[in-house]
Amino acid sequence: MNEWAAIWVNLILILAVLFAFSAMLSWIERRLLGLWQDRYGPNRVGPFGVLQIVADSIKLLTKEDWIPPFADRAVFVLAPAIVAVTTLLAFAVVPIAPGIGVVDLNIGLLFFLAMSSLGVYSIVLGGWASNNKYSLLGGFRAAAQMLSYEVFMGLALMGVVMLAGSFNLRDIVAAQENLWFCIPQILGLATFAVAGIAEARRLPFDLPESENELVAGFHTEYSSMKFGMFFIGEYVGITLISAMIVTLFFGGWLGPLLPPLVWFLLKTFIVIVCFILLRAALPRPRYDQLMTYGWKVMLPVTLVNLLITGAVVLSAA
Amino acid sequence: MEATFYLSGVIAVAATLMVITRASAVHALLYLIVSLLAVAIIFFVLGAPFVAALEVIIYAGAVMVLFVFVIMMLNLGKAAAVKEREWLSPGMWVGPSILSALLLAELIYILVQNVQDVQGAYGGTAISSGAVIDSKEVGIALFGPYLLGVELASLLLLAGLVGACHLGWHTELRFGSHSASRSDRARS
Repeated sequence: MNEWAAIWVNLILILAVLFAFSAMLSWIERRLLGLWQDRYGPNRVGPFGVLQIVADSIKLLTKEDWIPPFADRAVFVLAPAIVAVTTLLAFAVVPIAPGIGVVDLNIGLLFFLAMSSLGVYSIVLGGWASNNKYSLLGGFRAAAQMLSYEVFMGLALMGVVMLAGSFNLRDIVAAQENLWFCIPQILGLATFAVAGIAEARRLPFDLPESENELVAGFHTEYSSMKFGMFFIGEYVGITLISAMIVTLFFGGWLGPLLPPLVWFLLKTFIVIVCFILLRAALPRPRYDQLMTYGWKVMLPVTLVNLLITGAVVLSAA
Repeated sequence: MEATFYLSGVIAVAATLMVITRASAVHALLYLIVSLLAVAIIFFVLGAPFVAALEVIIYAGAVMVLFVFVIMMLNLGKAAAVKEREWLSPGMWVGPSILSALLLAELIYILVQNVQDVQGAYGGTAISSGAVIDSKEVGIALFGPYLLGVELASLLLLAGLVGACHLGWHTELRFGSHSASRSDRARS
């Protein structure tokens, strides 16, 4: 009974913190972008504009929830739910601190990859079901981009798996006791970070919704909370990728002095801020540049990394 | 565990039936994805978590995305769905139904025979006797006794890769220096 209560408290707290943080992230992002671009950003609602997210969610919830008559109704409604469900499910395997985490799965890393590969459907189906040429183009781009970047996303992590000898994320964190994997796996870290941004569809890889040519890409026809679902899905996605980078390459909860939970949150927050800085700093590439970069630069780099790591592991054994 | 096995089994069969009977290609594909996910859960329950994860990553997450991609490219509208519905007339079902019913009867007969054997051997059903096989054992099996199969599969993939590269090369040339002569030849 006590054990079950602990599991439920764990689960509900993680979910609540995750949602609150993802919602706050939209405010943090806008304030930071403002700071870097020498302007204020949202600063009117509440102290420092903290309550901006409350105003935004009231606006989203009270907007008319409109399904266009030419859309494929069932798929149109289903699509935004998929991204929210898959990113939240993927969070289940993230080891936050010793004793904090939803599930300790033997194939945790593969589960994360599986959920992130299912998340593509949300974008692709949303674009298709809208039955609108801009949305369809956004859907095409999403399908091609995410398929290409998924290939080396998985391969980039295999170096970590080789060094840790396990797919279990808690074992992977424990294996970084002496040395964080960001040093021996620097190539893996670089390629995984790029693939992660592409999977989260963040600038510079937000081609599926590039608003200057496709209106808003795959979510052009979405309004109210269905749009809100894509929106929340994106921010949970950023948090998820950052948490995975911290878990796999920066030693997860490991660190001196401070308690493990604080270390994990601190590291994750720093990675998220780096993602936001990338958005402020980089322009969007052309679509063919994106594909060429994925297949001709990133994939060979991950293969070389895999080859070197394999050789080192074999010679050390 | 047994309940999850049977539940996901029923879901897999039902979803597969829906795949065959849908008129809209994208709806059929969505049911196929559900069916693959159900099969992944069956693998997981049977004690093969590695295969279950690969089923989701490769089949549901990559191969099916390609299918959806191609069907989106074709942009089949309402007309295609109407035509598909005409093809699915009741008369169409007679032949395939009889044949697959025969196969089903055969399968059930074999299964009933086997279940008795398994129960004799393990003192339980096939589900409860399955030990968990982790990724390491799968790897050892693949690069041990099944090495030839792995090599053959990689040869097949290499052939596909070379073929795709060949096709891609020519489309690239069309935009390059040979553009005029090539498109002229195609027209004549």
